[in-house]
Parts: sequence; C-alpha cells; structure tokens
Amino acid sequence: MLSRRAFLASSGMLVVGLRLGARAGAQSIPGADRFVGKSLAPDAVDSYLAIHADESVTIFVGKVDIGTGGRIAMRQIVGEELDIPPERIAMIEGDTALTPNQGATAGSYGIARGGTQLRQAAATARQALIAQAAQRLNKPVAELDVADGVVRSRDASVSVSYGDLIGDRTFNLKVDPKALLKAPDHFRFIGKSLRRPDIPTKVTGLHRYLHDLILPGMLHARVVRPPALGATLASVEEASISGIPGARLVRIQNFLAVAAEREWDAVRASRTLRATWVTGAGLPDAATQFDAMRASRVVRDQDIVKKGDLSALSAPPPGLTRTLTAEYRWPIQTHGSIGPSCGVADVQADRATIWSSSQNTHGFQATAARFLGLERHRVRVIYMDGAGSYGPNGADDACAEAALISKALGKPVRVQWSRQEEHGLDPKGPAQLLELRAILDAEGGVTAWETQAWLPIATANLPNIPLLALDAAGLQQTPGRSTGLIYQNVDPPYTMPNVHAVVHWIADAPLRTSAIRAPGKIANTFAVESFTDEIAALVRVDPVEFRVRRLTNPRAIEVLQRAAARMGWQARPSPRPVEPNAAVLTGRGIAFVHYKHDETLVAMGMEVAVERATGRIRVTRVVCAHDCGLMINPDNVQAQLEGNIIQTLSRALHEEILYDSDRVTTVDWSSYPILKFPEVPTLEFELIQRLDQPPLGAGEAASTPVAAALGNAVFDATGVRLRAVPFRAERVKAALGG
Amino acid sequence: MAKLALRVNGGNREIEADDPDVPLLYVLRDDLGLTGTKFGCGLAQCGACTVLVAGRAVRSCTTPARSVAGQDVVTIEGLGTLDRLDPVQAAFIAEQAAQCGYCTAGMVMTARALLSRTPRPSEAQVREALAGNLCRCGSHARVIRAVMRAAAQGGR
Repeated sequence: MLSRRAFLASSGMLVVGLRLGARAGAQSIPGADRFVGKSLAPDAVDSYLAIHADESVTIFVGKVDIGTGGRIAMRQIVGEELDIPPERIAMIEGDTALTPNQGATAGSYGIARGGTQLRQAAATARQALIAQAAQRLNKPVAELDVADGVVRSRDASVSVSYGDLIGDRTFNLKVDPKALLKAPDHFRFIGKSLRRPDIPTKVTGLHRYLHDLILPGMLHARVVRPPALGATLASVEEASISGIPGARLVRIQNFLAVAAEREWDAVRASRTLRATWVTGAGLPDAATQFDAMRASRVVRDQDIVKKGDLSALSAPPPGLTRTLTAEYRWPIQTHGSIGPSCGVADVQADRATIWSSSQNTHGFQATAARFLGLERHRVRVIYMDGAGSYGPNGADDACAEAALISKALGKPVRVQWSRQEEHGLDPKGPAQLLELRAILDAEGGVTAWETQAWLPIATANLPNIPLLALDAAGLQQTPGRSTGLIYQNVDPPYTMPNVHAVVHWIADAPLRTSAIRAPGKIANTFAVESFTDEIAALVRVDPVEFRVRRLTNPRAIEVLQRAAARMGWQARPSPRPVEPNAAVLTGRGIAFVHYKHDETLVAMGMEVAVERATGRIRVTRVVCAHDCGLMINPDNVQAQLEGNIIQTLSRALHEEILYDSDRVTTVDWSSYPILKFPEVPTLEFELIQRLDQPPLGAGEAASTPVAAALGNAVFDATGVRLRAVPFRAERVKAALGG
Repeated sequence: MAKLALRVNGGNREIEADDPDVPLLYVLRDDLGLTGTKFGCGLAQCGACTVLVAGRAVRSCTTPARSVAGQDVVTIEGLGTLDRLDPVQAAFIAEQAAQCGYCTAGMVMTARALLSRTPRPSEAQVREALAGNLCRCGSHARVIRAVMRAAAQGGR
C-alpha cells in the first residue's frame, strides 16, 4: 500500500498543482504545456507515455476519471508493464492537445479498452527499452531483468535506467499488438487495491474542480432561460440590470446571457433582467406519455433476436398451454449530477481553449470547432474534474454557452448552471416501454418468449447531442437524438429455443435525450428479469433454480450460485406465504445479467421489508456477485458496484422527471428526490478476480439487475408485482390494495 | 458598498459587499478564494456547501454572509490540512470514501459538526445527521464507515 505522503511527494505534478491553488494559470495540470506538439496518433507509443530523465513517467490518457478510479488504475497498468512504481507516474487526461483520442469515456470501456491500449503501449515501450539496454550493456535480452525502471543483467554486473536509455526523448515506435504482456503470476501492481491519489485533496478541499477554475480577466456568466422550452425572445430591457456593477448582456437571436466580474452579480443580473418571450410549441401531456409511446409512429422495427419456431406466439397451441403477458415502464430520469454543469472558455480570434468536465473532450473539440468556425486543431479542450456524471449531462451545453459568450465579450468566461437548469435542461435518459409475453407448456417449460420494446430512435452518425445554445443562437447543427445503445439486453439470457425480441423504434421523445449510465439496459433488464421471475412464480419453481437450469456458461452459473450462497438462499418458489396481519412484509429477490450479452456477469440478491400501511419499501440487504474478468484494482471495482447499486436503487425507488406543457417541473431535489443516507442498505460483495482474463468493465453492469432484484423481492414479500418505476410508497400502497 | 467583517478559519477577513443579501457561499468562493466549499443547489437541499458556523453545520448557499458576521466560520480548508488532517478527513481517506468528491467537503463538515456534539454516535445517528447531504456517485456506505471510524478513534 502506498502512503499518501509518498504518493504526493513523488508525483511532482500533483504537489505543484496544490501549491498554485485555485487561482493559478490556465492548465489542468501545471507543466503540462511542455508536452504540446507531442504525438497524438492512436497507434504510436509516444502518444500514450513519456519517460523522463529523472526516471519519472507521464502517461497521456484519452479516457477520463470521473470519480471512477481510473487515475490509479491506469497507473497500475502502466507501472506493471514498465516495472516502475505507480507513484512515479503522472497522468494527463482528456486534453485534446496532449492525449490521444481514445473515444468517449463511456460504455464501461475506460479500462477494458482505454486501459488495454495503454497497457499494450507500455509493453511495447518496455520491449524497446530492454532491446536498447541489451545493446548498451552488451548482453542478450534473455539475460536482462527490469526492476523499478532499471534494467539489470541477471548476474547484476551491469545496469542502466530507463531515464538513461530514453530520458525525455521519443520512442518513435508504433504500438506493437504482439508485444508480450506480463504474465499474471508476475503481477506486482495489477490486482492490488492501491489507494486513489485524488482522495486526500478531495477531503481537504484542495482538489481543483472545473467549477473552481478562475482565469485572469474572467467573467462569470449565466444564461437567461426562456419560461418555456422553445420560446423565442421578443425583447430585452437592458436597463433592468444597470444597477448591478459591471453587469453586461449578450444576445444572439434567442440566446440571452448576462456576465459580471463577480459571480453573485451575474446571478443577480440573471434574476433581475427583464425580457419578454413568445411561448413555443409546448410539450405533450406527461400523464399519458406511455400511451403516446405505444401509439407513436414507428420508424422501423428491428429484430434483436429472432430464433426458433415462433408459431406459438401467433397461435398458441391448444391444450395445456398458458400465456403470460406483462408491460413494464421506465420513466424519464436525469443524470442528477450534484454539481450543476459548468464550462469555462477563452475564445480568441484564431483559437479557443475550453475547460470541460465532458466525458468526451475530443468529441466536443470537433463540435466547438464547427460552431466557432475554427479549424479543429485551433480548438483545445482540456478535461477537468466536475461533479460526477453518468453520461453526457449538461457539460457540453455549459461549455458551448461559455464559448459563445467569451467570443461575444472578448474575455474568458465561466458559465455555471443552476440546479433548476441541470434538472430542467440536461439531456435525459428517455422513458422506456416494454411488453413481454411467454407461452408456457403444461410442464412449465417456456415454449416461446417475446419482447417488444418501444424506444426512441437515435440518429445515425449524429456528431453531438444538439446543444441548447446553438439552437437558441440560430447556429447550424445537425438535428437529432442520442440515446446510447438502449436496445441491448432486451432478450432473455437463458437457453430458450424460440425467442423473438423486437424493438419498435419510435420517432419522438418529449425531452432531449442522452445516454445515462448503462443506457437502456437498466430498464430492459428490469423487464426481462422481472418477467423471468413472473414465469418462475407461475410454474412454482425457485427463482435461482429456474435461472441456473437455463444457463450453460459456467461463469454465469458461478455468479448466481455465489450470490445465492452468500444470501443463505432457501430454495422455494415466490411469493412466500403472506402473513395476513403482519404490518411489515419481508422477502428476497434475485436477478441476473450478462451485460451486453458478452461482457460482465452479475447476479444480485436483495432483501426488502415492505410496510403495508404506507407502501414504503425498505431495502435491507444487497448481495452482488460480480465477474468482470481481470480487476485492475478490486477496491475501485467495489466502489463502482456500490455506486451502481445505490444510484439505481435511487432511480428505481424515487426518480421520475415530470413536465407540464412548457417545461420540466421536477427541477430540484424536493420534487425529484434521490436516495438518502438513512435508506442505504447493507451491501455485500462476491468479487470474482480472473487474472488471466481480459478486463470487461465495472462502471455500469451492476446497475442493470438492481430494479428487477428489488421488484422480485417485493413480489416475494407481498405477492404483488411492481411493473412501473419508480416504486414510490403511494404507488406500492395502491398496488397492495391499501 | 457595505463592508463586511467575517471571521473565517481563525482569521479576520473584511470584504466589500454590493448586495447586503450576498450568500456566504459566494463570499467564501469568490472573495476569499476558498473553493473547497461547493455550489450544489442554492436551495439548502443537497449539503454540498456545508460549513461550520459557531460549530454548527450550516448551508452557506442560503445563509446571508452578514448574518454570520462576528461568528466563527470554518470551511473545509480550515478543518485540516494534508499534513494535519482532521480525524474525519483521515477516516474518509482510510475508507476511500469518495468518488467524484464534489459532495465530500459538505459531508466532512456535517460529520465534524455531529462528532463535536455527539462524539460516539450510533450508526443510525450518523445516517440521520447526513440525511441532508446528497451523493450521486453512491459513496454512502463508505462515508458511514468513515464517520464511525472517526468516532471510534475519538474523533473530536
């Protein structure tokens, strides 16, 4: 275990960053600018790492650490392959001038893809360094070993350090896909729960977030929003803010903003400014949104799975067959970042620098270049930590707004969204509607399974989620919708011969959409795994046994059995016999997912207590068995699982975005409550480490079985099936007949 | 322009306020450069902006700066430093009790106020004390453990 002091002392950049404090210069990491001009090619070793004469190493990572622990895991990966201690490695993230474009930090691919690229680059570097050392030391490669960045002959007669071999020079090498990776039995850092370097500064208030960045001459700005989505600006009374020191106005068509030197003055100006708006087209009725989805125009049907004999679905065979049908609903939800989005921009005539907490700084570089009319290489987007995001929240919007205002005023500008803007305007996880049908034979076997999903269609090759400011300012951008891969996991993960899973892609969604953690797959798994439970209950089979019987992958069976064993699972069908007079009903549930069909495997068990009088659900215990292949840092993996579980419990129990004809009405934490400390259950984990397997990702998978495990446990306790999220007390009470 | 005399992290600070209603949060962050205190909602609903005023946990986003004039204000920067951590901060590190960390300073301050009044809280008291601090990343279980750890180690 590294000590905090050792880590900070040896990772010079972090120390410098602290000393300079929050008002320091323009870089995310002081000193980073000395690397400008370095290679960014995705296939070049120099794009990913540099070894310095003082034996330290800098790594350049396109995937960013949004609180997920990549900042230590990436160092462990590179430290392992180079045989240098991770604390000697500095890391630069998501800076379009310095880091290779490894794609957005999304899809649970930070380590699985980003880390794997980095690992191969480090292995290539090590191979090259040993070859150079062999020449320098006049020894065959086979007689050389590396320890702590020093290449030594086995007889210890001669040695040379990495710094002496390459210090501050480039490799000029392509990443060798065949460069040998270190064998697991030699791992020193991979697989260890090394401590994160960012936590000491985060708990002492010294960590510099994007929200804390102050540039010389910078103005604070607020966007003044219309009272209704899509409203147009008729007039502005500039004199209405004349009493606020230094307050100034920016208007570009329907884009309206105020700026001031002091932040509170900008807030006051945004509240004081008088403007007249003409209301837009209006939103459809939220109360009937699921009926509207079913009735919506279908752009096209897409068969996700179509296999076997599906005749039973159109004409159930006569005799002892049963048909089970159920509809599941998932509401619109927000990312709900605790810090509303922020963006800082310094736009000049021929270039622009934008500081952003976006999970896709490279993507935003292209977007900003388009709307600023600059060549792409003239725009630099630098990642800085924001409040946790779980997909594209308002970060890109805030940055675009800062850039437009900066361009208009000729000064660096910081835009800070309000809570109401974040809840009201961030692009949302869309509603999902699923209808499932099963034809069962006399013995309780599943003759045929059908999933129908109504989902809003994403726009192919959409360059970016359409940004509010560009629409308001009349700037050109490609219209369309982004959702993430929301069709995955709509089919059962079990051995069933006859399955039809179809997505009805519908044209519209009432609000702007984006990918939100495990996009689509939380709702899809809620439907599939609740319905699996419904079938098991109907045929009176224990829910674990029902699943295990229909699985062949030993890793799938292992997670289910380990979760069940940890829970002390007693085999019996659900529901348990309900005690007629009990005030509180208790039960257990299980759910399973094979994320995206071929990635991480998760089994989740849950224990609940349901208050009959109120309908309140108390989750008392969650057990999660998790196999994501190789875990670089098991404690980081567990932290991700804790986050997946708690966040999704919150979404399943409490969260629903509502709107009236003008705008979102759930714009704060009281109208859109999330899970609070008193509700947090006991969390237990069975983490399966597979050192010889590739890493499969841990950022999302464990969120997907949460709602189903919860609903299944409530059913076990009460005999009542909840098919619409959120499971708020009043809804549960009504379902219980109370 | 009114002058405002504050006592922050043990030092006397004087600032000029155009608006007599300026919330303490903006004075701390903008005028005094104490950016460890975070803006989360501006509505006293999330706890990210929590500071101590006369030892009590207070939401700085809705507290007018003038209302705390003359009282001891402590922000996260004044609680402990990397070299001399408050026991609550040390326990958060020991439990690795943060993900994005944006809500963390507010939780540390709330926990500090709790332990100063109730040095040996039950877990239920810890959960209740933190009920007004929201976290979206899901670090709750570690935060609870951290506060219990600080308490067990005599975290006054």
